[in-house]
Amino acid sequence: MTKTKYLIIGNSVAAVAAVSGIRQVDADGDITLISRETQHTYSRPLITYLLGGKVGEEQMAYRPADWYEKSGVNTMLGTEVTHVDPEAHTVDTAGGQTIGYEKLLIAVGGTPIVPRDVQGADAEGVFTFTTMDDADAIANYIEEREVRSAIVVGGGLIGLKSVEALIELGISTTVVELADRMLSATFDETASTLAQRRLARAGVEVRTSTTVAELLSENGRVVGAKLTDGETLPCELLIFAIGVLPATGIVQGSGIDSDRGIIVDDGMRTSAEDVYAAGDVAQARALLCGTNRCIAIFPNAYRQGIVAGRNMAGAEAQWEGGLVMNSVTIVDLPTISVGVTEALGEGYEELSQLNEVALSYRKLVLHEGRIVGAVFVGDIDRAGIITGLIRERIDVSEIRDVLMSDDFGLISLPAAYRERVLSGTVNRR
Amino acid sequence: MKRIRICEEHCIGCGLCEVHCVVQHSRSRNIIRAFREERDGIVPGVKVERDGHLSFALQCRHCEDAPCIEACMTGAMHRDPETGAVLCDTERCVGCWMCIMACPAGAVQRGASGKVASKCDLCIGEDVPVCVANCPNEALVLEDDGDD
Ligand SMILES: Cc1cc2nc3c(=O)[nH]c(=O)nc-3n(C[C@H](O)[C@H](O)[C@H](O)COP(=O)(O)OP(=O)(O)OC[C@H]3O[C@@H](n4cnc5c(N)ncnc54)[C@H](O)[C@@H]3O)c2cc1C
Repeated sequence: MTKTKYLIIGNSVAAVAAVSGIRQVDADGDITLISRETQHTYSRPLITYLLGGKVGEEQMAYRPADWYEKSGVNTMLGTEVTHVDPEAHTVDTAGGQTIGYEKLLIAVGGTPIVPRDVQGADAEGVFTFTTMDDADAIANYIEEREVRSAIVVGGGLIGLKSVEALIELGISTTVVELADRMLSATFDETASTLAQRRLARAGVEVRTSTTVAELLSENGRVVGAKLTDGETLPCELLIFAIGVLPATGIVQGSGIDSDRGIIVDDGMRTSAEDVYAAGDVAQARALLCGTNRCIAIFPNAYRQGIVAGRNMAGAEAQWEGGLVMNSVTIVDLPTISVGVTEALGEGYEELSQLNEVALSYRKLVLHEGRIVGAVFVGDIDRAGIITGLIRERIDVSEIRDVLMSDDFGLISLPAAYRERVLSGTVNRR
Repeated sequence: MKRIRICEEHCIGCGLCEVHCVVQHSRSRNIIRAFREERDGIVPGVKVERDGHLSFALQCRHCEDAPCIEACMTGAMHRDPETGAVLCDTERCVGCWMCIMACPAGAVQRGASGKVASKCDLCIGEDVPVCVANCPNEALVLEDDGDD
């Protein structure tokens, strides 16, 4: 049986960050990294850019080609882990190998959801879109079938990015969204409206408050979708972008506690000794509400990976809590949303500024003297200052009047906090 | 690594740091031509913030656990292994603005093209960044903490 000091399952953001974290503490302990996907570590959010032709394959690498070698990591790509045995400190692979570890990190991310109750979802031309292989498969199908029309089911982040890629390829695209507006999980109503308006200008139709009930096919290939509101839309390609579930299957039967995701403490430790989890698969403490939640976004995956890696190597790193945040450009309209984007009830206050003509919008959500959320559409340039105030839980009661002013800046902040930001150590762990 | 310390009590808000930053990052490196011909293509990496008599010149803090690097989804934002400076590889940047969302100092900008991020690079190749070298009142001071 092969044995390694550090074993990492996964080859994406959380895994890469964990390698960095381990190497900050332990320069030469052996690291083995296993991944089901065959590619060198790549940027998952770029797969829609790849499909749309905005980046080439050579730009997909998340780290330089020799990065693992330079970091002293032994990689086993194209290898799936099927079972974890925390008692024996081993994992099994689909190929029948058993690998022993001293410290294990599970960073296997999520699995895209395919609705089980939709008839015809197994037709050709129906895809989910979360991997580079998906991007290749979709690109091939588009070329082979000369696809000119598509439906994207789901108006969230991945759905929106899929739409961008498709319109880039000149494919006329309709979005079907169950909620009454797009990006409802991260935007408030005004921001959603602006986003939809921008999409409409780009020729994208958005159908809200409905979803697909049944897929229609001819010769095994999708040709349309019947919606729950009774209407039928033709299409030659359909992408399900209705969410991603933490890939907890890997710990089933292992005794490792999981809920929606694998439950971890502030050191990214699971319930089993020497086993850590990070990234989209992990359910960790959220900053604002304090409970354990899955927040499947890139920056969280990175920070969790760093914390896990450092701790696996014996340091004492602490997770500061997850914060929902997204930066999405809609056609050419930049948007950023952070934290709670709508007042959740009493005690909340909203400050906002809207310019409908320019499609520009700024909103802050305050609670008990602190900013707990923000939305920026169009004018995003200093959004990070607000993110910092949210993350550090800074009392802004004294500067409330200048928060929305045009020349709001670092100079507007309380001197002691400003000092910390300027020292470059505000994020030090 | 080298760090620029900001002494707001010495800043007179003159903006010379911005001027020299633009010249340094121009092709011509000539103050007249940089401003006459190239100004639209350059976003200075240092910006003077002013509020009444208070002012200071702000550039990227090159943070230790830099949130822009952690949030960067392409790997474009990276730490230069030699100087420790946080740099953006514009060949790999796709302009997703995750860095702008993450920077607590608000010190990353959209570049002039609007397509890639732009920020202070500590003046690659210079011993002393030009904003520091040309500050008339030592409101920007170069420090070396010895660490790499
Ligand atoms: C199209 C798209 C766009 C996105 N855009 C954004 C964005 O703009 N901003 C943002 O914050 N987030 C975005 N995300 C989400 C972001 O990509 C994820 O949060 C991030 O990739 C999570 O990283 P991770 O390391 O946890 O896991 P993942 O990136 O999901 O990687 C999981 C890894 O585990 C491997 N693996 C899985 N199962 C096994 C197994 N059984 N055995 C071995 N290996 C296995 C996989 O091969 C892969 O290498 C986007 C996602 C998609 C799909």
